[in-house]
Amino acid sequence: MPAFCTGGKLKIRRYGIGAIALVAASALALSGCASGSSTSTSASSSAVITANGSEPQNPLIPTNTNETGGGKILDSLFAGLVYYDATGKPVNDVADSITTDDAQTYTIKIKSGEKFTNGDPVTSSSFVDAWNYGANAANTQLNQSWFSIIQGFDETNPQTSLSGLKVVDDTTFTVTLTEPLSDFPLRLGYSAYYPLPKEAFDDMAAYGQNPIGNGPYKLASADAWKHNEQISLVANSDYTGGRKPVNGGVTFKFYASEDAAYADLLGGNLDILDSIPAASLANYKADLGDRAVNQPAAIFQSFTIPASLAHFGNNQEGQLRRAALSMAINRPEITKVIFQDTRTPASDFTSPVIDGWSDSLTGADVLTYNPDKAKALWAQADAISPWSGTFQIGYNSDSSHQVWVDAVSNSIKNTLGIDASGAPYPTFAEFRTAVTSGAITTAFRTGWQADYPGLYNFLQPLYATNASSNDGKYSSAEFDKILAQGASETDAAAANSDFQKAQEVLLKDLPAIPLWYANVTGGYADTVSNVQFGWNSVPLYYEVTKS
Amino acid sequence: MAGYILRRLLQAIPVLLGTTFLIYFMVFAMPGDPLLALFGDKTPSPALLESLRQQYHLDQPFIIQYFLYLGGIFHGDFGTSFSGEPVADILARTFPVTIRLAIMALIIEFVGGVLIGLVSGLRKGKLFDASALVVSLIFISLPIFVIAFVAQFIFGIQLGWARTTVSSGAPIQDLILPAFVLASITFAQIVRLTRASVIETQSLDFVRTAYGKGLSRRRIIPVHILRNSLIPVVTYAATDFGVLLVGATVTEGIFNVPGVGRTLYQAIVRGEGPTVVSFVTVMVLIYLVVNLVVDLLYGLLDPRIRYVK
Amino acid sequence: MSNNPPTQTHYVAPLEETPLVAIDTVNVGERPSNLWIDAWRDMRRRPMFWISSVIILLVVLVALFPNLFTSVPPNDNCVLSNSNGAPTAEHILGFTKQGCDVFSRIIHGTSTSLSVGIIVTVLTTVLGILFGMFAGYYGGWLDSVLSRAGDIFFSIPYILAAVVIMSVFSAYRNVFVISLAIGIFAWPATARVLRAEIMRVKNSDYVMASQALGVSRFRILLRHVLPNSIAPVIVVTTISLGAAIVAEATLSFLGVGLPNTTMSWGNDISAAQSDLRTAPQTLIYPSLALSITVLSFIMLGEVVRDALDPKARAQR
Repeated sequence: MPAFCTGGKLKIRRYGIGAIALVAASALALSGCASGSSTSTSASSSAVITANGSEPQNPLIPTNTNETGGGKILDSLFAGLVYYDATGKPVNDVADSITTDDAQTYTIKIKSGEKFTNGDPVTSSSFVDAWNYGANAANTQLNQSWFSIIQGFDETNPQTSLSGLKVVDDTTFTVTLTEPLSDFPLRLGYSAYYPLPKEAFDDMAAYGQNPIGNGPYKLASADAWKHNEQISLVANSDYTGGRKPVNGGVTFKFYASEDAAYADLLGGNLDILDSIPAASLANYKADLGDRAVNQPAAIFQSFTIPASLAHFGNNQEGQLRRAALSMAINRPEITKVIFQDTRTPASDFTSPVIDGWSDSLTGADVLTYNPDKAKALWAQADAISPWSGTFQIGYNSDSSHQVWVDAVSNSIKNTLGIDASGAPYPTFAEFRTAVTSGAITTAFRTGWQADYPGLYNFLQPLYATNASSNDGKYSSAEFDKILAQGASETDAAAANSDFQKAQEVLLKDLPAIPLWYANVTGGYADTVSNVQFGWNSVPLYYEVTKS
Repeated sequence: MAGYILRRLLQAIPVLLGTTFLIYFMVFAMPGDPLLALFGDKTPSPALLESLRQQYHLDQPFIIQYFLYLGGIFHGDFGTSFSGEPVADILARTFPVTIRLAIMALIIEFVGGVLIGLVSGLRKGKLFDASALVVSLIFISLPIFVIAFVAQFIFGIQLGWARTTVSSGAPIQDLILPAFVLASITFAQIVRLTRASVIETQSLDFVRTAYGKGLSRRRIIPVHILRNSLIPVVTYAATDFGVLLVGATVTEGIFNVPGVGRTLYQAIVRGEGPTVVSFVTVMVLIYLVVNLVVDLLYGLLDPRIRYVK
Repeated sequence: MSNNPPTQTHYVAPLEETPLVAIDTVNVGERPSNLWIDAWRDMRRRPMFWISSVIILLVVLVALFPNLFTSVPPNDNCVLSNSNGAPTAEHILGFTKQGCDVFSRIIHGTSTSLSVGIIVTVLTTVLGILFGMFAGYYGGWLDSVLSRAGDIFFSIPYILAAVVIMSVFSAYRNVFVISLAIGIFAWPATARVLRAEIMRVKNSDYVMASQALGVSRFRILLRHVLPNSIAPVIVVTTISLGAAIVAEATLSFLGVGLPNTTMSWGNDISAAQSDLRTAPQTLIYPSLALSITVLSFIMLGEVVRDALDPKARAQR
């Protein structure tokens, strides 16, 4: 027996070192064979900047793109009637003039001599045909609702042209709306209203993979869109508008996670990042120094308490409880600790980058943390009908909402002494289905990113009776009346004053509890300069210079 | 032998039908309307939603959707994603990347794990063995996202040894770091399995006989001990190949690898039935072939195992 | 010089004095040797067995009676002013990002994490042994059916399974449901490892010998083949216990884990990930709890595996 035992007691230190050497050698071999196949970077045209993006969820067709991943690309590829400058002010792009007498019928003149990148001229029919295509129910375009304000729109029955759109000549067309809408010219910078070349209508599916536009940039080649990897754009020398690029192009690299994009920015593989991931909020200022960006943006975040929820009806008890909840949330502390000051506590229902925003609306004190008053109001509501159970806030857990929902819940719990928690839904689809079907039996997170820089865009879709995104099913005759009045004003200042009054109604009813405005957080590498972020959280790529 | 292989390949047909059916059913059973998610925080008009439903056949009952999909496959049509890209193209661009990554990870974890496991087993209870256990424990008790973040931060950003994320075309040198991270998940299993197997094999008669015959350890360890210890390890590594193909979601996300895991995860979350099913179908095929190869390998590692009677 | 005549009549020792008698004599009074009893006798002599058992017992105690170990309620009085705060006398491991007590959350999360680990392990092991055992031992069509069934289960991406299971059972998002989501598609790995080992062992001499003695096939499987093939299963099982607890963390990271009102190490690890660089301690402590638990199970598995391997035992 002992004779065999020595087998187990060998000195094999030598062997151990050999093992390590072998692993190291194989690693070397791997990297060695790899160095030969290293991809060459385009060092020749160093003026191409790289920016983060995400794989467009839909084909790149302006009337069918409603999310930021594709929107960012379309804004670079196309020139609409107007574009927005950094502050959100509309500036004529293809339009020469947009005029109206009654805020209902608009006459639009466009510049002559504008061209698509395939050489076709941009005419008034380029716009009218594109809009008719987007409005036609047969084409199931995701941005269809943008045309519902134009006379003749029918959301169910396919029709090839809207009666409200008339081509006068090659550079003039008129738009008649179903009712007066003073902010219509302001909307025209949104991507749904971009023109399309004739060739698009021949094969829209093929066009969506390889779009031809008239904007500051164009696709670098026919196969520039490498799905899930990147899309390469180069400057369009034919573009004559105000967004003339000073660089050679933009390559949008698609990231599945912001963390990967941030790592690339630090690793020197990315020039501009327009969103700092939650995991790096505590470090990004130290990492980036004066190349860190943190400024207000047109994103409003809130949670909505549906009126159908027990104890939260549109009555005295409901109003007391909503006000109590709102005053129980320590917004400044949450934005500071959880978001590292990359959110700004809300003082209304819109955003500070929008013209007409005010932080001194009557009743805005309901958005201030006031634990004593919150407790008192909650007790008053309890006197009407006693509270029992848990207050829950629904959210989709496939995005980083949990951390703030927990913080808000804890704030409510600690102030009011009631049980409060988050109610996660695994996917966004499931969450939205529960919300829109009305099946949800809790409060739920809501948010709004402006499509165009106007107060009306933050109010009408969300709180007008039966409006498309009125998820809380809020209805107030008073609010509707003031809002409609504002929409028909021809004077912008008068309209904004109406919209502010309308918000004072909301501050009483609190259909949604405003939380904060999401800032745009970003950063850029030391290889680029003159980086400015626009009102819509997107950098103005055309202004960026690269050494 | 040929008959056995043929039989195994034929068995792929019911497996494929079973899997596609199961997956399609699961995607169908996922609560929530994938089309609603296309509109973000906005709510589309009911009429538009209805037209979209018809366009993607989502208004049909489950079984019809399934057969429409199967019918498409027979015409070589795997459907299209919401972004308008044919699923066949998605398969063609993601699988090569992920297979490359999975093979690299497999080689790393297999070579590293077997060597460390072998030494651990031979030096059972010694310092090397204990150190290997501690290292394995660290990998076991940290989730993959932590390992990936730390690796990316240290090797990618601070030391600059590797690219932080994978660049376009997923060249091999960019995949080394993600491959090491992926390998760390199963590394511990391979080490422990090899170690246990080596300890067991060492005490078997033929090993004692080999020592008795006066054979050198240099010959006994690789030929007698290692070869006879490899069966459970190879089996486990092969099952891991399947996990690496689809389970690389987190790693592919953090290193931005344009591969299967990331794309499949997005498709699952977005509820894109045809994309999910097509991915899993290809996955099953690869998995069946790998398992067949492993079963044939048993015969080489241990001649007593035979399939043909 | 002695007068006594030499009594020794043999040049070799008498039979009674040689060790060989032990081989040839059958001690009728003794109960037949039993693998499991032998294993137990062997195990209880080892310190490693007692150390790991005591740790496991302690973890189980913590899981059953968390209030014995901490008086701080885990989820009350979480205030942001304590966010990622340093330890104090009352809060010995400091605070989480939400300002909750780290130690208390770990103590109260033990039962969830341990349950997930154990349920998943039992589920995968039982299914894995049943499928692997019959597939490997009987072979032929039974092997085909069982193995291909395993293939189907194994090719379902676990993310999809988790999303579907967690959504379908959204009203009961508890320990059992998440264990089901993790375990139901993980057992084929165990099955395949066991199957391979059984295919190897079933050709051994002692199995042939038993067959020649006319022992029934099923009895051979249970008494000889299975015990001799179980070692890799024990290794896979003890590690997968830890892997299951960690998988719960990964599911939380992907947003399909347990709701955070259910305390678990996985939830805490996942939540701490966002402060990896600023407050690594919030990640390290729950991971440490996980490591200690997994280590004790690995050690116990090691002792059991050794004890079940008579040849390795005899060598010591």
